[in-house]
Amino acid sequence: MIIAKKKPIEEIIGEVENFDRILILGCNECVTVCEAGGKKEVEILASALRMNFMAQGREKTIDERTLERQCDHEYLEEIRADIDKYDAIVSLACGVGVQFAAEKYLTMPLLPGVNTVCLGANEDRGLWTERCQACGSCILARTGGICPVSRCAKRVMNGPCGGSTNGKCEISKDVDCAWQLIVDRLKALDKMEDYEKVAPIKDWSTDRAGGPRKVTREDVKI
Amino acid sequence: MRLKIPANFRIIRVPCTGKVDIIHILRAFEKGADGAFVVGCMEGDCHYNEGNFRARKRIEQAKLILDKVGVGGDRVKMFNLSSGEGPLFAQYAIEMDNKIKELGPSPIRLAKQKKNKNAA
Repeated sequence: MIIAKKKPIEEIIGEVENFDRILILGCNECVTVCEAGGKKEVEILASALRMNFMAQGREKTIDERTLERQCDHEYLEEIRADIDKYDAIVSLACGVGVQFAAEKYLTMPLLPGVNTVCLGANEDRGLWTERCQACGSCILARTGGICPVSRCAKRVMNGPCGGSTNGKCEISKDVDCAWQLIVDRLKALDKMEDYEKVAPIKDWSTDRAGGPRKVTREDVKI
Repeated sequence: MRLKIPANFRIIRVPCTGKVDIIHILRAFEKGADGAFVVGCMEGDCHYNEGNFRARKRIEQAKLILDKVGVGGDRVKMFNLSSGEGPLFAQYAIEMDNKIKELGPSPIRLAKQKKNKNAA
């Protein structure tokens, strides 16, 4: 899922300072699971903002709403009827949701309430770690199911590099060497012959290097 | 026991302090409470193993938020005691009452009073 992190409240307070009618808009998908922008976080942020302005003796309308998704037309349409009630929307969705809402409601200021971090997994309670960089051409079949693009600091395709020590990466003792993990897994799978195959030069045109990407599927278009 | 406790707070019963969320604390202040304290079981004695630890974390977060919005995190506190410790409960209630009186009314309550006065 997409991992996001709550923005500091003071930053959001600064952003909404000049608006009087604000909608805090949550998203029921990834940001709910990573506890950054779901219904609960919407309630907390809205309550905190209301109190902040109340304590200053300022009157503002701060409403709460959480949509099923903010990256789909049908759910974003749900707020169309109420949109005129607000001067600004603070979206707690990932960057995709914020932008999609901004595209849909052209004259409505949209402010992000979270920092979108990466595509990752919920490794432990309170711990989310990156697993994918959406490079657009998956090589996990060859690398024992461990991704050197997202997990190797150098994105090395034939590793490990000389910076791998005791299974850790040279950038930090807390970062596993992805290629050590790959070798360990290939050994466990009894597929070390895969390790011997030299990887061809990766086609990075499917990554961000090729510009913004899109998927068009004629088979599902109506 | 017939212990004396301050009469100016309301007890809200929950099955376990693990039920208490950040928003519950914030809502109390938004409605004009001057302080809130959460009383959980002794650490390590939770029937649900970690309910009181969850509560402690949430109280810490509520404190940070209240500090940032100008209400003051000092107005919230978590206590731990066992169900047999009535006198300690009374002592904590008095301690909290004194602390809140020292801090004075919450800015939210003052703002609400001012608004009502203007409206009248």
